[in-house]
Amino acid sequence: MATLAGSAARERANASSNTRFLLAGVALTLLLVLAGSVMPKWLTFLITLAASHGLVSLGIVLLMRGGVVSFGQGLVFAVGAYAAALAFNKLGFTDAVGLALLGGVAATLIAAPFAPLLSRYRGIFFAMLTLALSMVAYGVLVKTEVLGGSDGFNMGRPTLFGQTLPDARVGFVMYAVTITFAAALALLARVYFDSTRGLITLAVRENELRVEYLGGSVRRSMAINFVLAAFAGGAGGALTVMSLGHIDPNFSYWTTSGEFVFVAILAGWQSVLAVFVASTVLEVVRSFSSLYFPNTWQLALGLFLLFVIRFLPRGIGSLWFSRVWFRRLGGGQ
Amino acid sequence: MSGPELLRAMGVEKRFGAVVAASEINIAIAVGERVSLIGSNGAGKTTFVNMITGYLKPDSGHIFFGERDITPLAPRDITRLGVARSFQIPQLCAELTVLDNMLVAFACHDNRLSFWQPARKAGAVASADTLLARFRLGEHRDRRVAELPGGVRKLLDIAMALTGSPKLLLLDEPTSGVSAEEKFPMMDIVMTALGAEAMTVLFVEHDMDIVERYANRVVAFYSGRIIADAAPGVALAADDVRRYVTGTLQHAEH
Amino acid sequence: MSATVTILIDGLTYASWLFIVALGLTLVFGVLKILNIAHGSFYALGAYAAASFVGWFGAMQLAPAWSIVALLLAAVAVAALVAPLTERGLLRFFYGRDEVLLVLVTYALFLILEDATKLLWGANPYYVSAPYSLFGNVEVGTQVYVGYDFILVALALIIGVAVWWGLNRTRQGKIVLAVIHSEEIAASMGVNVSRVYMLAFSVGIFLAAIGGAFTAPMISVQPGVSVGVIIVSFAVVIIGGLGSIPGAAIGALIVGMARSMAVHLMPVAELFSIYIVMAVVLMFRPEGLFQQTQARKI
Repeated sequence: MATLAGSAARERANASSNTRFLLAGVALTLLLVLAGSVMPKWLTFLITLAASHGLVSLGIVLLMRGGVVSFGQGLVFAVGAYAAALAFNKLGFTDAVGLALLGGVAATLIAAPFAPLLSRYRGIFFAMLTLALSMVAYGVLVKTEVLGGSDGFNMGRPTLFGQTLPDARVGFVMYAVTITFAAALALLARVYFDSTRGLITLAVRENELRVEYLGGSVRRSMAINFVLAAFAGGAGGALTVMSLGHIDPNFSYWTTSGEFVFVAILAGWQSVLAVFVASTVLEVVRSFSSLYFPNTWQLALGLFLLFVIRFLPRGIGSLWFSRVWFRRLGGGQ
Repeated sequence: MSGPELLRAMGVEKRFGAVVAASEINIAIAVGERVSLIGSNGAGKTTFVNMITGYLKPDSGHIFFGERDITPLAPRDITRLGVARSFQIPQLCAELTVLDNMLVAFACHDNRLSFWQPARKAGAVASADTLLARFRLGEHRDRRVAELPGGVRKLLDIAMALTGSPKLLLLDEPTSGVSAEEKFPMMDIVMTALGAEAMTVLFVEHDMDIVERYANRVVAFYSGRIIADAAPGVALAADDVRRYVTGTLQHAEH
Repeated sequence: MSATVTILIDGLTYASWLFIVALGLTLVFGVLKILNIAHGSFYALGAYAAASFVGWFGAMQLAPAWSIVALLLAAVAVAALVAPLTERGLLRFFYGRDEVLLVLVTYALFLILEDATKLLWGANPYYVSAPYSLFGNVEVGTQVYVGYDFILVALALIIGVAVWWGLNRTRQGKIVLAVIHSEEIAASMGVNVSRVYMLAFSVGIFLAAIGGAFTAPMISVQPGVSVGVIIVSFAVVIIGGLGSIPGAAIGALIVGMARSMAVHLMPVAELFSIYIVMAVVLMFRPEGLFQQTQARKI
């Protein structure tokens, strides 16, 4: 009897925590979109990029939950961006939401053949293989004249649901689209993290051996995570290129991947919100640096990273995640 | 032999370079037996367990589980056929809670993994709580494994092995690392928890008191060979076993 | 014929400085188990220090021949100053932690050093010309090559032999090999592992710095040189095998030749050829061509 009542209560708690996340997420999104209509243009642009870049880092967090760090997320970022820009220029496909989805799908298609292979690697070798693949892409893109070589090329202004966007509105609309798209993926990520597959991913991180001995498949779990991370990265790439209006091979360079890793480490692997907060921190530092301290912002980032690694090994997400939800859900992350 | 045959090893051989880990291993285990594997370190007990679970492949010979030749199979496939094992050093997810570890175990056996169904849905949690209760682990349910004492972790390790309702359970030194006063209570808990299902158990043990109390058959190893295979009373009294395993044979008795 | 010779010489020259740098990287990994992203930054420090030393020697009106000494001094200065600071002041707090975590620590170090060099030397490029013209030109067939390039090859050979001899023929070297092989056992035999770490790391930085110093006359020394160097060095040590000394040599030759062949025969492949080889090695023989480390796989 007691157990039955207990599990019913837990069921309600689960459902209500999921609804709580959903409501909080929707509320936050609405709030941000509304705020965006009164924000100065530079701020909406900054947050737009923070959100689109945040998606790429979210992909890295997906993999980190399984115990590996990808140093080549720039690959899917670039693929998504090039796919969107090419579809716009060559195929005349201009819808913003459609292009974001297209970027995600394109990156997934490119990444999928590598997923079974990469799922066999851990530690340094996983990091190096993802790095190598992104650098192969960089090497190819730089020398592909049709795609503009190392200069890349520009793309025009996207449309939304058939409407063309006037000068005055395009910044805000891209902001709203990016925030909403990112929020949707963030909520899906949260649901996935809390699912049975999400829990197995955490177990893989902690003890791959035991997962295999329990009948689970480490490789299948990590391959799935890799593909999901690719979709997030590709969508992030497409959203980025739509706001920047320009694409070049540097999207796939190792230093770009490094920045996404920085955000993922800063955020930690527990809270989805933390990923976007961390991404915003980076964008803020990056924007203000060019004005005020061009020669010391990387120094600041480096010191910050060391601080996080040493004192906040689970990232800033651990600051609010473990304590609050740990108690409410009765344990676990 | 009490029930139908469950596990059979035929002519199993395994060498690591010059070291003979298994030689002419022929043994059959029947359903319901409680078999203890004994022998000094390096005698071949753990190698044998590793070959059954698929972690190692024998150089020659076959291992059958029921009708099935499991010799070439991967650990994951052998687990799914109904063979479970616990580990000498508990293999747990340290950063997760006891409950989450159990949920992981249930999920791994589950063929219907979900991208969106919460891991902590009522049905799964109830099953986990039931099994935890059988092992007297309910009070630790929400604590992180990293914070738990050794004996609790060993019990959890074994409880996790039971989540798939296995037909054969392999316990690798279940009481090693456990203090002397805790050994018997711990094995009592384990055997009571298993008793509900008349499960076939193979356990590797160094403590002869535990062996005598809980096993109905003893298989002794030395240098990769089986030197005794009988009821505990008979096996433990055998000269070879006393000479090579328990060390109770005095030279004067020759 | 002359095209082949050109490819060979170009490849060899590129492989030479790459070998020196990669040797340092693989040595640090072999001993400390740290894959150091900031290794390229030490290369850059060597190059910048070379610019400064050569400049000072020039200001002191010393003969141009002294500029070679300046290059050597630059490398020594970088190693002597930076190695103890980095190893004692940063790395030792993270020893024994996850290998990928250490990569992240060195990534943070890379970011810090990028700006540190900019603060010390500014953002404008430096040209270290004095040593480059010291050795005249060499005619091979119809082509003319700069003598300095061959000095680089000679330097690589000397360093290769010196490191090999130092590791295999001296007592201290054998102790280092023991630590590479099994640190635990070496420590239990009384080896001061701490000191071996310090030694290996210093040699590693010295090699990066001397690679940078001696390459400085051939490039324009400016912010960002470290970025390209580290990624190619990674390719070399992965291809050759992490922690393997002969691997660094073979890897450098492979990468040097692949790049040279690409540049002269198929320019589109110049960049990706290196990383394709790296990816292929990781896919089929992840331990590298000279097995030292077991690849972590399922």
